[in-house]
Amino acid sequence: MVNTEIKLKGLTLKNPVMTASGTFGYGEEYADFVNLAELGGIVVKGTTLHHREGNPYPRMAETPMGMLNCVGLQNKGVDYFIETIYPRIKDFDTNVIVNVSGSNIDDYVAAATKIDALENIPAIELNVSCPNVKQGGMAFGVTCSGIEQVVRAVRDAYHKHLIVKLSPNVTNIADIAMAAESAGADSVSLINTLLGMAIDAETRRPVLSMVTGGLSGACVKPVALRMVWQVAKAVKIPVIGLGGISSATDAIEFLLAGASAIEIGTANFIDPAISAKVARGIVEYCERQGVKDVNELVGGLRL
Amino acid sequence: MKKISDFKIIEKQTWLRAALLRLQCEERLPEIRGGQFVQVRIDGGQHTYLRRPISIHDVDFQNNTIDLLIQQKHEGTKILCSLPVGAMVNLVFPLGNGFTMPEQNDEILLVGGGIGIAPLLYFAKTIKSNCGNKVSFLLGGRSADDLMLLERFREVGDVFLTTNDGSLGEQGFVTQHSLWNTKKINKIYACGPMPMMKAVTKVAKDKDIWCEVSLENQMACGIGACLCCVENTTEGNLCVCKEGPVFNINRLLW
Repeated sequence: MVNTEIKLKGLTLKNPVMTASGTFGYGEEYADFVNLAELGGIVVKGTTLHHREGNPYPRMAETPMGMLNCVGLQNKGVDYFIETIYPRIKDFDTNVIVNVSGSNIDDYVAAATKIDALENIPAIELNVSCPNVKQGGMAFGVTCSGIEQVVRAVRDAYHKHLIVKLSPNVTNIADIAMAAESAGADSVSLINTLLGMAIDAETRRPVLSMVTGGLSGACVKPVALRMVWQVAKAVKIPVIGLGGISSATDAIEFLLAGASAIEIGTANFIDPAISAKVARGIVEYCERQGVKDVNELVGGLRL
Repeated sequence: MKKISDFKIIEKQTWLRAALLRLQCEERLPEIRGGQFVQVRIDGGQHTYLRRPISIHDVDFQNNTIDLLIQQKHEGTKILCSLPVGAMVNLVFPLGNGFTMPEQNDEILLVGGGIGIAPLLYFAKTIKSNCGNKVSFLLGGRSADDLMLLERFREVGDVFLTTNDGSLGEQGFVTQHSLWNTKKINKIYACGPMPMMKAVTKVAKDKDIWCEVSLENQMACGIGACLCCVENTTEGNLCVCKEGPVFNINRLLW
């Protein structure tokens, strides 16, 4: 028997596999394909204090081994989540984590405070890295002072496990991660999408309604892996790795680079059953390699 | 119940810009409604990372087969149309809401443009088996080349045709066909290029006829998770893959 349990501060995952916000809906969309009980957790769609319509269509462009999106945090607001969605998903046999976003610090704090009161939500993932909203979002996540301000304010108001999701669109990701740590984050997750762009040469117009968008999918994995490795060396809090993970092997590479857990994002679109397959694949790897405890893999890179 | 299943291509028919693939699955097919679609995995292309949404053209529950009528457009559909008999493809299906089943006395017109004719056949068959209504098809293309498998449609209902170049049926767009002046219609179902569906919507609104259209906004997940394929409606942005692809025209801001 391989131990797959991962203990983060106030948050126990039955295995290191979670699903990334914005790629897994509220879990319900995937219930026909995945037994959610096989997952360490699901991070549900980015939630803001107020309803957001998101950006106009077209919001997506396919790229080699990836995609760009500029969805722009479409959601019905935290009150709708609490009243309508939470009752449907609160008894899932996995950790249900809410990704929280905002356009100013007061909104982040207000949304986080409301979710703090929900008994069956053991953690939030603070989104300071969405590239697709005009105010806030990534603006907080690209400077040390910005991230410190928002994390400190939410930390004072939120009493459970606080994950801070980092933007890769920065000069030094380790500095940003350390700023989140010093402001009270319990863990950091990375990477959010890489800012990119697509142009239609025939029409000479941008493909996306917002001109630029976030790049995700298998193509971003090497960048994500490098950043996870850099951040894991720089902070003492746990690191949750994501970015292009599409197989158990990919997931193990992130654990070896220093991630304590991982999230699967865009790969859910290619194979809606991939998350549970990755969870099972990690166990098979451990059995093959004679690893008794998944925690032994964390930071196990041989240099 | 949505499924992920491997299918084998057991029959294939090709045209200049399209192919008909008959896909067989070893498992029993779930319930499938007319107007629903599949997400097909396509391997081997540089720009085929995401699945391709393709509407369901026909279903045979005895033999566990699904027919896909596919227009070659870009890399993904070109690869799909070039697959040989015997090749395997992976489908996530059935997706979307499908068309609303009519009432027994409805006078139904199914309007298809180009490859948009594809979902109308299976839907018409389900109408016949559920309500027994007689259906009429109004199918339009740029030229006769675009209008395939007409014998299949004729087995199910009356077929009226238009082509832009006049090579088959009446010359012009579907909305210019003479049947609009003569035929009694109280329900329209339409699928095709956006300008065609907008024109059909206008005709339906002018004549005050109930009408549903099937949209094909670009999708990523196909199951309502990524919110990429949204259409701005009277209820705000809705996912075409999950809340659609079929919408009543009164919900659209056209």
